[in-house]
Amino acid sequence: MSYITGVGLTSFGKHEGSSSLGLMSKAAALAIADAGLKRADVDGILCGYSTVAPHIMLATVFAEHFGIRPSYAHAVQVGGATGLAMTMLAHHLVDAGVVRHVLVVSGENRLTGQSRDASIMALAQVGHPDYEVPLGPTIPAYYGLVASRYMHEYGLTQEDLAEFAVLMRAHALDHPGAQFNEPITVVDVMASKPVALPLKLLDCCPVSDGGAAFVVSREPTGSAQVRVRGCAQAHTHQHVTAMPRLSELGAEISIAKARKAAGVAISDARYAAVYDSFTITLAMLLEDLGLAKRGEAAAQVRAGHFGRDGDMPLNTHGGLLSYGHCGVGGAMAHLIETQLQMTGRAGKRQVRDASLALLHGDGGVLSSHVSMFLERVR
Amino acid sequence: MSGAPADWTHGHEAILYQSCGSCRSVQYFRREFCAACGSAELTESRASGQGTVYATSLVCRAATAETRAHVPYNIVLVDATEGFRMMAHGAADLAIGDRVSARFMPFAGRLVPYFEKVK
Repeated sequence: MSYITGVGLTSFGKHEGSSSLGLMSKAAALAIADAGLKRADVDGILCGYSTVAPHIMLATVFAEHFGIRPSYAHAVQVGGATGLAMTMLAHHLVDAGVVRHVLVVSGENRLTGQSRDASIMALAQVGHPDYEVPLGPTIPAYYGLVASRYMHEYGLTQEDLAEFAVLMRAHALDHPGAQFNEPITVVDVMASKPVALPLKLLDCCPVSDGGAAFVVSREPTGSAQVRVRGCAQAHTHQHVTAMPRLSELGAEISIAKARKAAGVAISDARYAAVYDSFTITLAMLLEDLGLAKRGEAAAQVRAGHFGRDGDMPLNTHGGLLSYGHCGVGGAMAHLIETQLQMTGRAGKRQVRDASLALLHGDGGVLSSHVSMFLERVR
Repeated sequence: MSGAPADWTHGHEAILYQSCGSCRSVQYFRREFCAACGSAELTESRASGQGTVYATSLVCRAATAETRAHVPYNIVLVDATEGFRMMAHGAADLAIGDRVSARFMPFAGRLVPYFEKVK
């Protein structure tokens, strides 16, 4: 068994004068306090990476900086899937009795710590160094390629994709920590600057500063009892050139395994937290996961299905698209919001029932996938 | 398989691929072995440059001064007739399913494959 016993999240956006270690520390302190623990109680650390301040031993750099001496510590790197991959590992570590309390933490001053060009270039390196990167692609271009194909095969339009940006923005409006707090419409998305067509600026998540952390424990530390019910991964490729056909992507594989591990059906889920680096990412993942029928996710958004009051509330904090994306911490915010929803602490964003949640992370270009079910225990 | 490949990644006007003598798989990313079966029995061949467009994305926002000089440029995935998929540049009017043929164009100080519709 493993429980998400505490969560900590900074606001996303600009944190002038901040550092990766500073943002990690801030989030870590919040998470440990939320779990009702002292920092000395933490005996395991898993951290993400920082593109601004890369280090070959970031977990021990952080542990020293933060002032703890864990008996287990290292960094994890699976791109956007890192947050959930760390959660999965933490789950297995505490379940196996290796440690009692794992601090999962990440943070980056990605917005103010480097130029936007530097961010875009660093991320484009997920492409093949010989066969892709020399062609001048960007991360939006990798996803733009996938979008063009998905739209071709399933009849999605750019207006359909825009719906996801509008939904995430609507959700972000009720979170004081979100990077964006101006409402947008489909017309705004369509009129936004082209980045890598069919993707436009408002189809893309921003670059942010921010930190996120949570504690994964063997036993509950308080009344908040949210446990990992089951999880699984799938990795089918790294480079978009080597991506399998759309019907064989990793999300379908990892969700099938996670469903089996958790012993639940998709229809049992009451809340969804799904990776949304781009509108196309969210549209595809919702359909790959079985949260919407093929080609119908946008119609479901229009019908209010994924809204706060809908049947399957989705990313109620605003997701990467509108809460923001500070690297690994970006997708960790999805889990943090989920834990808040499951423990009835989401304030004006609170949904009716978040007793069982489905979470999904994606790294690379739909390359690495982690699916997870969290369950509230009474 | 030793030495640099004489293809566009090293400044030559050619697209190369590898075929496995053991399982007949073809692969585009050059390796010392077949990624499908592990065999080292590989033959390197020059591709015809013919294929079909699988996906396209018109890059309008580039990240370096060198690539910015070229925007907008169309990044395409092409399924080569020889059975492998590759990334390249393409004419702005390309659509998925178009039959295309490659030539080579300068881009950001290098030579890159550039696909155009077959008339």
